[in-house]
Amino acid sequence: MGTILTGIITATVFLILMGLVLAILLVLAEKKILNYGTCKISINDGNKELEVQGGASLLSLLAEKNIYIPSACGGRGSCAYCKLVVSEGGGQLSPVEEPYLTADEIKAGVRLSCQVKVRNDISIQIPEALFKIKKYRARVEHKKVLTHDILELRFKLLDPQTIDFKAGQYVQLTSETYKGRESVMRAYSISSVPSEKNYIELNVRLVPDGICTTWVFDHMKEGQEVTLSGPYGDFMLSDTSAPMICMAGGSGMAPIHSIVNHMAEMNIQRLCYYFFGAQQQRDLFYLEELRKLERDHEWFTFIPALSAEPESSGWTGFRGLVTEALAEHFDDLTGYEAYLCGSPGMVGACEKELKKFNVEEDKIYYDEFA
Amino acid sequence: MEAYQETNFFATLFIIFISAGLTNNILLARFLGMCSCLGVSKKVDTSVGLGAAVTFVTATTAALNYLVYYYILVPLGLEFLKLITFIVVIAAFTQFIEMVIERYSIKLYNSLGIFLPLITVNCAILGISLFMLNKPYGFWESFAYGLGGGFGWFLAIALIGGIREKINEKFLPEGLAGPGITLIIIGIMSLAFVGFSGMIKI
Repeated sequence: MGTILTGIITATVFLILMGLVLAILLVLAEKKILNYGTCKISINDGNKELEVQGGASLLSLLAEKNIYIPSACGGRGSCAYCKLVVSEGGGQLSPVEEPYLTADEIKAGVRLSCQVKVRNDISIQIPEALFKIKKYRARVEHKKVLTHDILELRFKLLDPQTIDFKAGQYVQLTSETYKGRESVMRAYSISSVPSEKNYIELNVRLVPDGICTTWVFDHMKEGQEVTLSGPYGDFMLSDTSAPMICMAGGSGMAPIHSIVNHMAEMNIQRLCYYFFGAQQQRDLFYLEELRKLERDHEWFTFIPALSAEPESSGWTGFRGLVTEALAEHFDDLTGYEAYLCGSPGMVGACEKELKKFNVEEDKIYYDEFA
Repeated sequence: MEAYQETNFFATLFIIFISAGLTNNILLARFLGMCSCLGVSKKVDTSVGLGAAVTFVTATTAALNYLVYYYILVPLGLEFLKLITFIVVIAAFTQFIEMVIERYSIKLYNSLGIFLPLITVNCAILGISLFMLNKPYGFWESFAYGLGGGFGWFLAIALIGGIREKINEKFLPEGLAGPGITLIIIGIMSLAFVGFSGMIKI
């Protein structure tokens, strides 16, 4: 018995020690060998120059210098949000990047900045809008239940205290570690209006086993501080006066909610039909608010469509899919602009339907999320 | 065995080297290290690059594992941990090599691409380290055995790469292109290598 026990203990101690020694050696070696010294990042043909410590990814080095490139997957090369033009010094295209880039993009030097390791001086192009992106410390003002699986989060911005964004844009929320799950960044559209500069509101829908949404639902507390960055995205109200069709489902409500409220506030009187798809009445939210908006403003019409509402309920609104609701209200949408937000499946179906009704392809704007 | 003892030291090492490489070729006679071979053997130069890296790692880890086994595991009575220990030693060493290649030969690093981590799990390397324990080898013999085994793998993948480069896959039935035809090539080549087996007893 004694010898078996000693055997087990020696074996365990040996394995732990071996792992430890090798890990320490590797960390030391990494510091020593993968030291590329100071590298220069030249942005937009020398308009801006950064000096960084080489050896890390372009994405993380830019973030270190407070330039935030959109990224939803946290640098694993799976979301392809962090595309940038690398004009010089990016090295060879990696097999991870290739599937995300079209032939034209490869020709133009587009890379995934999370996969580009800075080993030497490098020059890149960054769209001006990205310089406006900042990192915020914010306090959770409230966590309000909207439906059984959607929460409204309201944040007060602490540092910096104000944000300039366009209705329809999104921010990224950084989750904290809990129960061994890593910290991740996830994108959420802003549902509040741009005129409210000290606060932002988000609609977060629970994704079963989602790292960030589980954190938001189960671990985030009112009053705690969180990290946000933004604003990102080019989903926003166009500068025309064309009539609009908005279509959304679930937490896709957020950017459209922001857009229509912004229009009401700014007195932008564009004809606007808002189709919102849900399964049952319990999935509807902001209903009273949008109905009031509809009563107060001639140009706005709100059409909620329920696809799985029980026959016996008192629901007098439309029953069926959003695409069916659209078909019932219109046969021709020539000259309209469309704003879509929802799951890829829903956005795809809506886009197809809209094209049938003669909405031009480049007038269909969408914000897709998985 | 008698002939083996009479020859002098360097000749012994040379015989071990040749026999590990040719008569007991790890890839063609024992079919180890197949996955990275199928993956990387499309072109001669990447094959040669990976082959050289594997040879280097095999030889060095054989020597390292020899020391770890006889000077750490045996005195502690932990011989039964040899498998997991060897895997960890090889993995750590490969990580280290990956860093060195990344720093000093970015071209090789890029051409090996995602196959570099494959060296870590290349079973030929672990195989050599484990096989050498079955033989009454000292330190230098183990090193020669590792070097020979790695060289054998290098030779095999370079030859396969050469053949694959010459093959025009357009003329193959669709299902045979890529790994299919490579396995057939390896099969035919291994017939030739089986012919060598038993020529030298080690």
